Amino acid sequence: MNNEPTVKVILATDCGSTTTKAILIEKVGQEYRQTYRGEAPTTVEAPFEDVTMGVLNAVQEVAEISGRRLVGDDGRIMTPARGKEGCDLYISTSSAGGGLQMMVAGVVRSMTAESAERAALGAGSIVMDVIACNDKRLPHEQIERIRQLRPDMILVSGGVDGGTTKHVVELAELIAAASPKPRLGSGFHLPVIYAGNAQAADEVATVLADKTDLNVVPNLRPVLERENLGPAREKIHDMFLEHVMQQAPGYKKLMSWVNADIMPTPEAVGRILRTIAEKEGINAVCVDIGGATTDIFSVFGGEFNRTVSANLGMSYSISNVFTEAGLPNVLRWVPFPMDERDLRNRVKNKMIRPTTIPSSLEELVFEQAIAREALRLAFEQHKAFASRLKGVQQQRTIGDTFDQGAGGESLVNLMDLDLLVASGGVLSHAPRMAQTALLLIDSFLPEGVTALAKDSIFMMPHLGVLSQVHPAAATEVFEKDCLIYLGTCVAPVGKAKEGSRLLHWRFETETGRVEEGELHQGELARVPLALQERAHFSGHPEKGIDLGRGKGTKVETVLKGGEVGLVLDGRGRPLVLPADQGRRVECLHRWLKAMDAYDARLYTL
Amino acid sequence: MGSSFVPGLKVSRHTVLRKRRILPLKGEVKKNLGDEVAASEVVAETYLPGKVHPMNVANLLGVVPADLPRCMVRKEGEAVQRNEVLARSTSFFGLFKNEVTAKVEGTLENVSTITGQVMVREKPTPVQVRAFVDGTVVEIIPQEGVVLETTATYIQGIFGIGGETQGRITVLVEAPGEELTAESIRSEHAGQVLVGGAFASLAALRKAVEVGAAGVVVGGIDALDLVEFMGYDLGVAITGSERLGLTLIVTEGFGHVAMAERTFSLLTELSGSEASINGSTQIRAGVIRPEIIVTRAREQREAPPGDELKGLEVGDLVRIIRQPHFGELGTVTSLPHELSTLESESRARVLEVTLATGQILRLPRANTEVIAG
Repeated sequence: MNNEPTVKVILATDCGSTTTKAILIEKVGQEYRQTYRGEAPTTVEAPFEDVTMGVLNAVQEVAEISGRRLVGDDGRIMTPARGKEGCDLYISTSSAGGGLQMMVAGVVRSMTAESAERAALGAGSIVMDVIACNDKRLPHEQIERIRQLRPDMILVSGGVDGGTTKHVVELAELIAAASPKPRLGSGFHLPVIYAGNAQAADEVATVLADKTDLNVVPNLRPVLERENLGPAREKIHDMFLEHVMQQAPGYKKLMSWVNADIMPTPEAVGRILRTIAEKEGINAVCVDIGGATTDIFSVFGGEFNRTVSANLGMSYSISNVFTEAGLPNVLRWVPFPMDERDLRNRVKNKMIRPTTIPSSLEELVFEQAIAREALRLAFEQHKAFASRLKGVQQQRTIGDTFDQGAGGESLVNLMDLDLLVASGGVLSHAPRMAQTALLLIDSFLPEGVTALAKDSIFMMPHLGVLSQVHPAAATEVFEKDCLIYLGTCVAPVGKAKEGSRLLHWRFETETGRVEEGELHQGELARVPLALQERAHFSGHPEKGIDLGRGKGTKVETVLKGGEVGLVLDGRGRPLVLPADQGRRVECLHRWLKAMDAYDARLYTL
Repeated sequence: MGSSFVPGLKVSRHTVLRKRRILPLKGEVKKNLGDEVAASEVVAETYLPGKVHPMNVANLLGVVPADLPRCMVRKEGEAVQRNEVLARSTSFFGLFKNEVTAKVEGTLENVSTITGQVMVREKPTPVQVRAFVDGTVVEIIPQEGVVLETTATYIQGIFGIGGETQGRITVLVEAPGEELTAESIRSEHAGQVLVGGAFASLAALRKAVEVGAAGVVVGGIDALDLVEFMGYDLGVAITGSERLGLTLIVTEGFGHVAMAERTFSLLTELSGSEASINGSTQIRAGVIRPEIIVTRAREQREAPPGDELKGLEVGDLVRIIRQPHFGELGTVTSLPHELSTLESESRARVLEVTLATGQILRLPRANTEVIAG
């Protein structure tokens, strides 16, 4: 943006399914800082059916707290800023009304259909279903499914450029036969984006042009060895603005207020994560666990991936987590006895009354046990999806193409992970930071040296849009206000006997404080290292034990401090809890005490 | 904005209710503005396009797709019968014939010269929307349906399964804390809506299905029993399309939970009346709760008793909706403004509730729900 330096006040909103959040970013001295925030219920649904009401309520709360007038007499957000009034930039993201809901189609499920799915997810969409010629459903079942789902748009891919046209035209014929209607605005044609074999574009147009709002973009899989997801993603974004947003209640008005295009919330999160990973040269994972879904974003080696685990969440979907994970997996994290029948009733009661919160320690521990399993399952899905041979813009040799048949190696290598960011109620609102840290460690099982942080007020969506119009302000606020560092997890990997030495460690802070010790198999330890502290760390693993540089090789690095500090995790990877009930409870007690994760009353339950 | 609004479920003795009765896709509205309709009457009707059956006729005939049109015996738009010849190819001066027949009866919709696919669409299936409640048509939504207005007793449940049905209300327990037993359900209860108290066991639900009851309304059920009853575990609370032989409405929650006194006394008062019930539940943005509707004669209508949802106030009767003390009732005695630290060490806005036993509890506001009346 040309007038970047003149921007002093930035207002950003994120319209979520239930809550609209507003933040104010101001230039304080020479730096941009997030200063005030407010929130209000989202007003997309009846009886309000106008998203701007919730936006204005949230903004008004910011105005009241900050003393800055932000809403004018005409009921609009005041721009530009003049003295104690208005803002220079107003931006917004949105996932209200269920966000962007898409259906994708491709010829082969594990190839073009998966590439299409990746493009849709990367553009911030929820993928309702993936139709592929080999998805084991009969054609009439596929047609029924397309007709029932009523997505916001469909992305069709299939075939490499110059390859066979038959299968992809067949897909188009299935869609034409279903004659799908869009979810919003029943009088309109459904937007369909064609990003398949360029040679089939005319034939696809013959089949679909009259029945849908067809848009043709370059093939997202022009050759087997390379994906080209950019054009499809951009078209999804355009169609989202042109169609979906135009039909959603109040969005036309909101679109006329903003200084940058409204972005689907997950797309915005992806953008800021990519920006930061690129700037710092790191690999990062961010998780956002909500009531209904869990989103995971990762950047490994510059490649971005996002997955949405549609039915893994802490309220609406809690019962599904319980079903998918299974009772024993949830209960392994609970260090006291629970009656199965009662416990199942509790889970279902949370599902039907999703806004309730745990008030007793026992309830909190149980809810966090379910959260560990939701996160674990969501991350497993993410690891399977973020595969090396199918990544964005990845060049591959023809030899790699054959490897792909075997399923593709995951891009997610936990030993290479530098930063793990948590957000979403159960993680952000955990009463103790040590609980958040332990939830992350237990479910993601980071290896080697990994910094842990949380985005306590989920500011990443706002910063993602801001990074498009004012990257300097976005990165500055991200570093200074967005993340709250919990500390660093050091987890050696390798086979060892219980109690045997895994490594000798030592750190020295900038102020000269020295701490050192040994970590043994089965041990979990916490060493304070305050938020503002940085320390030079060295770890000497035993022979056969890896801390990131290879077995037995010393690792030196700079540690970031945080509310929790340094967590030394010698419990092994994968983390296996003792099968014996007594031993399991004894282990949990020992670990939770070492982390100072809960009040001492827990150990008497 | 920081509101202490804690909505409960709607339980109204008399309310003017508007029901939208809409087709899943455009069709014909069968009623006129001002018409009085009965619950079982059809108010709108349409035809769902039939299922499409694609088959690759070019492959089956062994011809290239471009040659398909001249092999077609039936043309696009024509009606076809099951087993009727759709396409025929001949080779060797007519010596060898190859034929493809229709697998279903319907209309030949499309012949593709690119893929060789032929689509046959089955006959459309009629879809009818019934009134569901007795009422007056107050709005016509052209080609889609109607809005009905009725004066009714309206009770929302917390969770249900099964769709719309009707039946006479029969209360089978003496008190809201009593359990609905299998023994109390008999063959004469066929077609009726059976009201229990605090709990219905799996045996009771199965007995209700066995005798052909239209529905069961009860305070609580067991989550494990529900799995057994449905045959699968429910991952998310989106229900209504189950075909289990009855519609189940749970008014309070999972476990043994006494039905709210007001709900129970209303249902007892309505014993013998015809009720329209729907178990459909969607706990997502735009929540849908199950409902029990009993149409009242217009002359019975009183001034609304003011049971609209309002903010929480001292003196309100609330139900605790989370452990510990789940299901207990109490009176709000204080609404502290500031955040309080809970036993779990979480910080939340709380309220003080005095239970009937005199015990005073401090609870998160989110863990209570107002009980109307």
